[in-house]
This record gives sequence, structure tokens and C-alpha cells, in this order.
Amino acid sequence: MTVAQEPSALQFECETGNYHTFCPISCVAWLYQKIEDSFFLVIGTKTCGYFLQNAMGVMIFAEPRYAMAELEEGDISAQLNDYEELKRLCLQIKRDRNPSVIVWIGTCTTEIIKMDLEGLAPKLEAELGIPIVTARANGLDYAFTQGEDTVLASMVHKCPEGVKQEEEKEERNAIQKLMAFGRKKEDVKAEQAEYATHPPLVLFGSLPDPVVTNLTLELKKQGIQVSGWLPSKRYTELPVIQEGYYVAGVNPFLSRTATTFMRRRKCKLIGAPFPIGPDGTRAWIEKICSVFNIEPKGLAEREAQIWESLEDYVKLIRGKSVFFMGDNLLEISLARFLIRCGMSCPEIGIPYMDKRYQAAELALLEKTCQEMGVPLPTIVEKPDNYNQIQRIYELKPDLVITGMAHANPLEARGINTKWSVEFTFAQIHGFTNARDILELATRPLRRNNNLKDLGWEKLVKESAKV
Amino acid sequence: MKLAYWMYAGPAHIGTLRIASSFKNVHAIMHAPLGDDYFNVMRSMLERERNFTPVTASVVDRNVLARGSQEKVVENIVRKDQEENPDLIVLTPTCTSSILQEDLQNFVERAQMDAQGDVMLADVNHYRFNELQAADRTLGQIVQYYIEKARKKGDLPESKTEKPSVNIIGVTTLGFHNQHDCTELKRLMKDLGIEVNEVFPEGASVNNLKNLPRAWFNLVPYREIGLTAARYLEQEFAMPYIDITPMGVVETARCIRKIQQIINAQGADVDYEEFINEQTLYVSQAAWFSRSIDCQNLTGKKAVVFGDNTHAAALTKVLAREMGIHVVLAGTYCKYDADWFREQVSEYCDEILISDDNAEIGNAIARLEPSAIFGTQMERHVGKRLDIPCGVIAAPIHIQNFPIGYKPFCGYEGTNQIADLVYNSFTLGMEDHLLEIFGGHDTKEVITKSVSANSDLNWNKEAQGELNKIPGFVRGKVKRNTEKFARERGMNEITLEVMYAAKEAVGA
Repeated sequence: MTVAQEPSALQFECETGNYHTFCPISCVAWLYQKIEDSFFLVIGTKTCGYFLQNAMGVMIFAEPRYAMAELEEGDISAQLNDYEELKRLCLQIKRDRNPSVIVWIGTCTTEIIKMDLEGLAPKLEAELGIPIVTARANGLDYAFTQGEDTVLASMVHKCPEGVKQEEEKEERNAIQKLMAFGRKKEDVKAEQAEYATHPPLVLFGSLPDPVVTNLTLELKKQGIQVSGWLPSKRYTELPVIQEGYYVAGVNPFLSRTATTFMRRRKCKLIGAPFPIGPDGTRAWIEKICSVFNIEPKGLAEREAQIWESLEDYVKLIRGKSVFFMGDNLLEISLARFLIRCGMSCPEIGIPYMDKRYQAAELALLEKTCQEMGVPLPTIVEKPDNYNQIQRIYELKPDLVITGMAHANPLEARGINTKWSVEFTFAQIHGFTNARDILELATRPLRRNNNLKDLGWEKLVKESAKV
Repeated sequence: MKLAYWMYAGPAHIGTLRIASSFKNVHAIMHAPLGDDYFNVMRSMLERERNFTPVTASVVDRNVLARGSQEKVVENIVRKDQEENPDLIVLTPTCTSSILQEDLQNFVERAQMDAQGDVMLADVNHYRFNELQAADRTLGQIVQYYIEKARKKGDLPESKTEKPSVNIIGVTTLGFHNQHDCTELKRLMKDLGIEVNEVFPEGASVNNLKNLPRAWFNLVPYREIGLTAARYLEQEFAMPYIDITPMGVVETARCIRKIQQIINAQGADVDYEEFINEQTLYVSQAAWFSRSIDCQNLTGKKAVVFGDNTHAAALTKVLAREMGIHVVLAGTYCKYDADWFREQVSEYCDEILISDDNAEIGNAIARLEPSAIFGTQMERHVGKRLDIPCGVIAAPIHIQNFPIGYKPFCGYEGTNQIADLVYNSFTLGMEDHLLEIFGGHDTKEVITKSVSANSDLNWNKEAQGELNKIPGFVRGKVKRNTEKFARERGMNEITLEVMYAAKEAVGA
């Protein structure tokens, strides 16, 4: 491996924050699907509602378990009583849907008019007999996936502290129950013996159920037992959290949740790279093992085997360059994986960079660059899309990972793009799903390879500027 | 507070942005929190726009809440002015800025001192207006601004064009089939010997707005957007305007006759009767269609119509007056303009529904059980749930409602497109019905791989004859079901008896 001549540490910059991303309330779209007995009530304006309806497209037609509490002029000027209004709507929700939890999503408007959702919730909760979780997922403070972070951080408070009886514990532990399904008690006990002795581990981050099972089993192979996930499939199955438990994140945008676990519930955070890509997955497992003093088994072979199976995709992107405009906070992990695939990456845009929570991921990124002999990327926090587009024109990257606002215009100018939001909804975690990431990342290149002899790259008449 | 899942018209700023980004070289700056710029996504996705949408946000964040946003807004306007040299920058308030109550007009004035281009504040209140009202207002505001600017500079043209001419007002980005309508209207004007003076806002330059008074009259094809501008021009320059939507054969003729009247009053001396006759009888297929056997079969079929004022009213009239279809309910979500709608459709339908509550419309459809629905994407999904076909005639719309092919709703080609849409919706319903009678969808086990089911089974003469009577689109299915039935029972000749037995068996 050649050592790069470039600066030996990552460069961090911060621009103007004039960039395009989704509003964090979009998290309801995947969280209501994940938490099956929940109902999400977004307390905001027509602007919020129109965003959900348009950005989340057809999902809305499937009678979703979310709705807008649309604020009217009377609500803004406090002619109407917030408490009474919310009570009326929540009663209706209770009657129509009977959820196990109502999640209130605070928005920019509730922030500005200082509606005290956190204060109202416990009172209404007592009156209605339904737990109410409040999350301030607003565009004043957060970007896109950080919405999930605010919801999960609020849910940490709702996780039970202890269990009186073993039964109840089993009741709560969905994964364990799932894996013990249809087996005798003795078998379950025998299975317990397959695990090493280690303090309870709870994982956090919302992932599709197949991915949850996949990562859980991956840890099981190392003798590590997952005591619970936040969020679980149902609100009623939230994991038990006690002082001294270990927690590990599966996604890079969950820094508030991590902080809440540490500060409010006295848990120990395992700071690891995220299980995205075979390299990330291996590092994630290794870090968890090392914390529990377990010698990881067979990981190197497993990783090598995955890389081998990826070769057909990897050869399409090896030696090419990728530019992240930044909008969902997955950027560092994805860039690290793509660099390991042999790409170079001049710039990683990212809405918000928590250097503590992502420390291990950043270290792995640095190491990966050195091992692959590519220059360290510049990490641009709160990017400025206009400036980025000028840089894209200069650098001419082979692939730009960007939001939909810029994707078509860049394609029309002969620049390959991948829509970044797809990475949020696709299954990208663990060894098994590495192929899906590359399926996404190489799609524009494969498509444009098919069209390359047609002379149709640039489809706009050149006017000097953007 | 209102519990809402769905909304028909978007928030006010969407309307302003639609107007601003329709013009060439006009940039909108939204005073909004992060994430409110999803308008760019909509435009880039739905319209498959090749260019960057000229909309940026001046982001409202915590710091702005603490310090006020004056510096930031002014800076952003001036910066955009330098980067892209737009003719006009429209500062666009959102729900957030409506509550912050900052003096945006003052920021505009400050920014104007440093900016080369013009700077304007869109005068829309989030809590008072919806997308359509805001679009109409913003368009009126921009027209007024440039007329007054020209007047001050003494730039206003003195005279009308030599030949009769028209301004077409209200063609916008993200408007339902607006691009195609615009092409069709231009073609219609050409056929009528009328020059098109200006089309705006779509593709227009604000610098040309001063030429508006040169036209003999204004045409406002859509009820929702353009009337404010047209009324302003009428008031300032006594320019007559026509607000008859040329959609459907009868309304197109009415619109043309009105044009004739208006330009003759200004000395044109034209007679369009022959043109209307020629188009109606021989060029447009819609009049002939309504006379044909196909359309005869639609007589008295029940339909529900729902959409914006323009399209719901036009479709109601086309269905009832031109095709003999029984419109059991016509509705609009343009509550603010409900009287106009009532007046337009009251004689063509049984019931009128003015509402923007999707559940209310869904319930009405379930209650009335029409054979077809003509509505928005939301009604299409209601139809899916209730198994009723739906033709989409108005926004809110999805990407499939931005077709690449030429599909106007206005003018004579528009009448053809509407006829196809209506006919296809109903036949699909009929096909579904027949499929049910003859044994269901492809959920049944297939007996042969190929579609045509070439088989060793022998159909006798009568059975073959009977098979041939079955409408083409379900014939294959009936044939396959019957053959499957016969094969299972070891029969090798298919007779009429076998056919009926098969039909009964499948039905059972």
C-alpha cells in the first residue's frame, strides 16, 4: 500500500447550510411501518402535510397510521386551547385506530409558537390512557434522518427500567421470543448456553425486520446475545434498559439517542463503525466483541467471501470517483465503503457531523483511505449546494450522490447521479446487504454504459452558468 | 386544529414558487426552515426538469430565531443576484415566516439597494390563501409591478398590434397538462388568424410584460390562475378578457365565438362559424364519437366528477352534455370559489359537493357507486379500493400525469383526448365486469404458457361461433377457462354445453 502524499488527517469544513434535504418529519414514513402499533401525529401546517404527501408518495394511500394535526390561524394566535384541541384529535385517533402509543411530532411551527408538547403530553396521557411520546423533529434544528434520532431519544425514556418477573421479561423480549418460537423451554435454556457470558446489549436504530434478524444472528455466531432493539416491532415490546447495560448504534445519525442512553439511563455506548458494507459490518462486530472480551471467529473469511461475491460490481466502480452532496448522514459510512471498493472521494457533504458519536467510523475512513492509497476526502458540514455544484463542474466526478432536486439537472449535464434517499430506504446493513448498496451505486453507471454510444450525454443547451 | 391525511391544494408558497419558476430568469428565495425546499424535488421529478429549479431557501434556523433573519435574507438575495443575474428575485414567505412576523418588505428594500435585478416580496399569507389563490395573486402582482415600472420609465407601448392578437395567461409549471394545453391553444389561435402576443408565466421573460397592452384581448384558460392579472389589465388598459375554458366541443365553440365578438368589436370583422363547424364535424373526433355506437353504450351510465374548478366543471359539462352520461355528483375542492362552480354545473349533475376533505368525497363515491370516477389521484385510489375505474382530470397528480406524449385537454385535440380518457375508463370497467362473469382474473392456474392457447382440443362449430361472439378482450380468457375445464374432465370436444358448464363451474 502506498501512503498518500496528501494531508494525513481528515479535513473538516463548514459552509453556509444552504443545501437541500428532507424535513426530519419524514421519519414518520418509515417509523410508523416499523412500530406496528403506533400512531404518528405531526403537529404542523399545510406545508408539513404537503411535504409528507408528496415526498412519501404512494405510501399515503395504504391508510397509514399517521396524520397531520393541521394548525389553523386560531391555533397560532392562541384563540384555541392547545390542550383541548389535541385532546379532541387524540380521542378521535384512539377511537378510530386504537394504537398502543401516539407519537407527537413537533414541527417548526410548534417551536416558534412555543407549544409546550412535552408539558401537555403527560397530562393527556393520563387522561386518555395511551402513552404519548413527543419528538421535536423540526427543520429549524435537524435534517432528514435526524428525525428518527429525536423520536428514538424520546422513546429511550419510555423503555422499562426493570422487570419484576421473568415472564414479563420474556414477553418484552421480542427477538428472544422470536428465536425461541415453538421450542421447548429446555431447548431455550440449552440455547442460552451458546452465548458467552456478557452484560446485556441493546442495539438502537430502526431497521427493516429482515435486517434486524440478520444482524442479530450475525452477533449470535460470535456468542453475543442481543437483549433488545430500540425500536422494536411493537411499542409494547420496548426493551428493558438498566444502568450498566451496553448499547450500540447501527446508524450514523443517532447521536442524540446515544447521548440519552448514556446520560439518562447510565448505559455504556460501544463506539464502533457502522455495519454498512462488509468492512463496516466486520469492524462493528469486532468492536462489540472486543468490549465483551470475546475473540471474534471467522470474520476475516466471512468478509473476504463477501468481497469475492461483490467483484462483478466492484470492478465497475474501481478507480472511479464519487462526490457526496450530503443530505442523510449516512455519507461517511457509505464513502468509507465505496473507497474500500476502490473509488476515490474528493468531498463528503454531510448535514451534521458528530465527531464523538462517529469517531470510530471516521477513524476507519481515515485508515481505509491510507490503505487504499487515495487522498483523504474533505468533509463539508452544512454544505452549500450552489458552491458544491461549481466544484462538481470542476472535479467532474464519475458519480454524484445527491437529492432529487439536483439529480435530473445533473444528469442532463452529463453527470452520473444516484438519488441519495434510496440509501435510506434500501436494506444496506450487514454482510448480506452489501450487494444492495453496490446495486444502487452502480446502477447509474450500468445504465449509462448501455447508452454511451448514443451521444446523448449532454441534453441541455449550454448557457455558461447553472 | 384539523385532523388531516390528505390535502388537495398545497400551501400558499407552492403557488408563488410555481409562478416564479415558470418565468424565465426569475429566482425565488424562500424564507423557510431546512427541508421546505421540496418544491424543487417535485418540479425535478414530476416535470422531469432538465434545469436546476430556480428556488433557494434562506434557511430559518435557531440563530435566525434568536437574531432575526434580516442580515441573512438580504445577504442571500444579493448573493443570488450576483451568482445568476436573475431579472427578478421573489422573496417568498412560508408558514414559518408568517408567524415570525418579520418585516420582510423592509429586507426587500434593503436588498434592492445592492441588487442589480428587481426584488419583490410575494404578498401571500400562508393562513389565508392556498396554493392556487397564491399563484393567482403572485402572477397579478408581478404583472402589476412590471407594468408600473414600464409606465414610470415611459416604456409602455402606445398602440395595439396591427393584426388581432392575444395574451394567454395562466400557463404554469406543475399545472395539469398545461404545456400541452399551451401548444394546443397557440395552434388554435393560429388557425383563427390571431397572433399570440405573450404567453405567461410559463417560459416568459418579465422584461416582455410591458408589451402586454399591445394585445387586443386576454385569454385565461384556467379559472384558478390568471384572473387577477387579467382584471388588472382590464382595469388599466380596458383590455377585454375571456375566461371561458375551451375544454370540450361546446365550450371550445363558445370560447371561439366570444373571441369573434371581442375582436369584431375592435374592428376585425371575422366570422368563425365555418371554422367551428368544420372542426366540430370533421376534425375533432369527439362530436362523431358522441354519435357513435361506442358512446351510445355509455348512455345513462353513472359518473362522479371531482377536481379543481376548471377541470371538474368542464368535465361535468362534457360528460352530461356531450356524451349523455349521468353525472350523479360533481365536486370541487376550490371552496373559496364555490359559487362559480355551482353556477357552472348545477344543471348538469344531481348533486354538488364542495369539500377538501378526502374522506367525505370517498364516502360519497362509496354511497353513489358510479361506473366511473373522474377525479384527482386521490379519487383514483378511492376507486382502486372500491373497484371503480378512475380517469385523472386534475391535480393533485403524480408523475404519470406528466406524459411525454402530446395530451392537451384544451382545444379540438383536447376533445379527442378527453373522449379517449372517458371511453377507456368506462370500457375498463366493462371489461372488469365481463371478466367477473366469465371467470375472474389471472389468479387462476394457467394451463398453457402461451397466450393464445393453441391446443389439441376441438371446438365444434356452434361453440366456436359462440366463442367468436364474446368480446375480443375477454375471448382468450374464456377460451382458456373452458379448455381447462374440459381437460380436467377428460373431454376432447368442446360443445356449447361444455362452454356453459365451464362458465357455471367457474362461477361457482
